[in-house]
Amino acid sequence: MAKYLLLKHYRGAPAAVNDVPMEEWTPEEISAHMQYMRDFANRLVKTGEFVGEEALTPEGTFVRYDGEGRPPVTDGPFAETKDLIAGWMIIDVDTYERALELAAELSAAPGAGGRPIHEWLELRPFLGKSLLITE
Amino acid sequence: MTPPPTPPPSPLPAGDELVLRTLTPAVLAVLVRRGADFAAAEDAVQDALVEAVRAWPKDPPRDPKAWLITVAWRKFLDAARSEAARRRREELVEEQPEAGPAPGVDDTLQLYFLCAHPSLTPSSAVALTLRAVGGLTTRQIAAAYLVPEATMAQRISRAKKTVSGIRFDRPGDVATVLRVLYLVFNEGYSGDIDLAAEAIRLTRQLAAAVDHPEVAGLLALMLLHHARRAGRTSADGAIVPLAEQDRSLWDTTMIAEGVGILQAALARDELGEFQAQAAIAALHADAPTADETDWVQIVEWYDELTRLTDSPVVRLNRAVAVGEADGPRAGLAALAALDDTGLPRYAAVSAYLHERDGDTATAARLYAEAARKATHLAERDHLTRQAARLNARLKEGS
Repeated sequence: MAKYLLLKHYRGAPAAVNDVPMEEWTPEEISAHMQYMRDFANRLVKTGEFVGEEALTPEGTFVRYDGEGRPPVTDGPFAETKDLIAGWMIIDVDTYERALELAAELSAAPGAGGRPIHEWLELRPFLGKSLLITE
Repeated sequence: MTPPPTPPPSPLPAGDELVLRTLTPAVLAVLVRRGADFAAAEDAVQDALVEAVRAWPKDPPRDPKAWLITVAWRKFLDAARSEAARRRREELVEEQPEAGPAPGVDDTLQLYFLCAHPSLTPSSAVALTLRAVGGLTTRQIAAAYLVPEATMAQRISRAKKTVSGIRFDRPGDVATVLRVLYLVFNEGYSGDIDLAAEAIRLTRQLAAAVDHPEVAGLLALMLLHHARRAGRTSADGAIVPLAEQDRSLWDTTMIAEGVGILQAALARDELGEFQAQAAIAALHADAPTADETDWVQIVEWYDELTRLTDSPVVRLNRAVAVGEADGPRAGLAALAALDDTGLPRYAAVSAYLHERDGDTATAARLYAEAARKATHLAERDHLTRQAARLNARLKEGS
């Protein structure tokens, strides 16, 4: 039982096999893609492995503290930022192998021409919260 | 600002709620014995528990168990009737079955076996055990494991389907049950459910139902670890290493109980993994100060444990004990013999032994490496702090 984060990147991951920007797909292909994602999440709820998911806008802002009584400083977005997260899903699975299997399934979502995108997803284990017997 | 979520109403005093949960497996067993299939019976018992929480404060029953059986059976019949109406086969459920013999400890034991059945994944077995044997609600289990309630509901529902065809009267393997209870215990506590305490309660109940030295061994192990919980973390949640723990915070009554249970189990001369682990925990709990720990005996128990399991994790822990018993060089030699640097905590153990050996620079580097490889938050913070402590010492020295 371990939680994993599946990260989808706008930028920063290696190129997908079927690497066509979404705006060049047909509307039907976009619908098919969205349906695949919904079905995937629903399936995970049914298997008892779903924790959560969200999609993110492509543009964000960098923010930092600028001292007592001063407004926060903002900057960006930076076009050159290498890593840009598009969205995430959290799963709770029994084994690492199962996490790999699910990530691969998500990566097979259909894209241009209805063919799987073969998109690279980043799989990150969560740090556990409970204290295991360590002594 | 959204207001904080209100907790679900629970007018029952905590003691009564525990009584309720303690009765869960026996009530469930009665329904199964009367011919209800496991999944439907389990749903009916959950419904009855919910109704008890509502009804008991105003109208406490004279015989809580009989009350629960009556209400659960009615819930089962109601559900079966509506199901039957749908399928046009009322006649099947209209017959009132014989009550059958009174449920005994064997029924409870069968429930443990069923919920830990090898056909279930570990997470499913854990969830089903907590609900069907522990009497926890899906919401409570979901909160404890930090997953949405809908996800946990599906996990439990699938688990019930998986075991629905399994005969209830066939004896199972105690070892599978112990593994599930051990998993629950190791989850500690998050939210308002203390899973470690719940694991102890369920293991105690199991020990009452079956006479098995490893069940006693696991119960002793849990008690001996749980007794030291108050000393194990600081107020801000940071790990306090065993040697630095305030031993006056340990629960001596619980330690005495654990030691007593362990001694009775060991006297039967059927050593197993949990008894050996409990023996090591007992030697730690028994030492008035860290310096008085009997490390030589602890190494001997690790040798027994290696013989029983030959797990690399055990040999890693043994290297720590050897380091204490025979000095850090001996510990490092034991570690080198392990030949498996990929193990979780290998770098942490190596760092510890190098520091004891006076090699601060290597220890600092290894602690930082161990922190990067840590799989738990508190553990990572602890290892980072160790690295920082040694790096500060190195800067002072230079």
